[in-house]
Amino acid sequence: MRKRYNSAAVLSAVVVLACCGALILNQNVSAAGEGKITGTVKLDGAAPHMKGIDMSKDPYCSKAHATDPAHLETYVVGASGGLENAVLYISDWSGSALASTAVPVFDQKNCMYTPHVLAMDVGQTFKVTTSDATAHNIHPLPNPMTNVGWNQSQPPGAPPIEKSWKKPEMIPVQCNIHPWMHGWFVVVNGPYATTDSNGSYTINNVPPGSYTVTAWQEQSGTQTQKVTVAAGASATADFTFKAK
Amino acid sequence: MRTRLRKWSLLLGAAAVLALPLTAWAQLSTFDLEKALNAESHVGNLTGHAKDAAAPYRRYCVGCHGTLGDGEGENAAWMEAPLYQKPRNFQLGVFKCRSTPTGTLPADQDLYDAITRGFDRSNMPQWNTLTKQERTDLVAWVKHFSPRFATEKPGTPITIPPEPEVTAERIKAGRDVFARVQCWKCHGVQGMANGPSASTLTDDLGRPIAPFNFTDGTRPKCGDTDQDIYRIFMTGLDGTPMPSFADNIKPEEAWDLVFYLRTFMSQKSKEKELAKQLALKPVDPNAPVGQQ
Repeated sequence: MRKRYNSAAVLSAVVVLACCGALILNQNVSAAGEGKITGTVKLDGAAPHMKGIDMSKDPYCSKAHATDPAHLETYVVGASGGLENAVLYISDWSGSALASTAVPVFDQKNCMYTPHVLAMDVGQTFKVTTSDATAHNIHPLPNPMTNVGWNQSQPPGAPPIEKSWKKPEMIPVQCNIHPWMHGWFVVVNGPYATTDSNGSYTINNVPPGSYTVTAWQEQSGTQTQKVTVAAGASATADFTFKAK
Repeated sequence: MRTRLRKWSLLLGAAAVLALPLTAWAQLSTFDLEKALNAESHVGNLTGHAKDAAAPYRRYCVGCHGTLGDGEGENAAWMEAPLYQKPRNFQLGVFKCRSTPTGTLPADQDLYDAITRGFDRSNMPQWNTLTKQERTDLVAWVKHFSPRFATEKPGTPITIPPEPEVTAERIKAGRDVFARVQCWKCHGVQGMANGPSASTLTDDLGRPIAPFNFTDGTRPKCGDTDQDIYRIFMTGLDGTPMPSFADNIKPEEAWDLVFYLRTFMSQKSKEKELAKQLALKPVDPNAPVGQQ
């Protein structure tokens, strides 16, 4: 009899906790109190010269760039020094993984990667597609001690490949058939953003609090800044990198 | 007094020298090596124990693969790419010859087969002179070097359907697969390892590597039975530029491709005979997609 009372007490406690938990979670999920972090990433000084790419080994590729020659994309600099393809994320993020259902897409188009840098959350599904009428192989090269690499072919017309990564890491990806094809999977914890052609970015869905924002650029490395996001407000963090 | 001092310093020196290997092991502290020594392997009805392989590893393997299994044994410096690949770094847990999909750990049987078969065109000989129990123990020893084996399960081996009869139609169909998935980009239209991308290939560690030449009489590294060749392109050779074609070649077509690849090989075969009768021409790399 006493035992039954006990279990009833436990049950009601669980129900109360579950309700509270649901309320708290609900608050986190709703966009009402969330703020954002915006800013620009710029390159200090003149844009470094990006070497042209000789695609003559694959006539399909060189034909695709007949009027618009291809260049390396280590630094893609816009009109006012804005740096494209930098990834911004909260490096001291302690919240849960994002509940985002968005599926970032990494396309192989005209023997280049579009985008050159694809950011995603740990565990988030992403897609690799091909728009080319030539065969590619997708070969990400993570540190084997951190993530598990793989190597898959995508001949013309091949279906998309869907994958995800288990741990945060900046993972280089290459095509062995076209050695100039080089890009990045940037896997982070929590909200993130990638700079556009003007170097601008906005990290959305940031709950109020103090954070360390990290900007990552494939060649120049990382920089950090402390910001405080107020409920429903926007915090600013601008970064300037030097070319390396 | 002085002799006593000398004795002490000698002892201290000896202790320091003895502690040196410990510091090297400590670098591997991402996982518990002691615990890893309990690693087991299962091949057929044999069970291998890593602990039992310490002595044979030191005797037969350490010269190339090194005491830490990192492929930096004293002979490694003499093996030069692309003709000879460096010894495998077991710590990374990445293996070429697997029956399991790309990005997964090999089955114990795969590692056992690699030890038994050796690697053609490399310094790794066939170890079929060791007993089956010794080879099974060595599989467990190889596994104990990588933290991956402590946390992950091997992949599920791919299913290989029964091999059909070789026919002229199948060889022609295999030629179409060869053209469609563009094996020739690296292997060349006649399998001579001279495709347009052949000269720029590098392995995962950035070292030059050559595609397989089907025509020079050597054997594929992961075995030369029809099943082995099927497995190679359906699982990929992890750590190398060779990708998995599992998503793009159906099991039926895979057998057709095996038969077509046989026509390149210098060894006598029914496939070679049929190809001669058919007067098959190499695929045209400039033909539009789907129009061979």
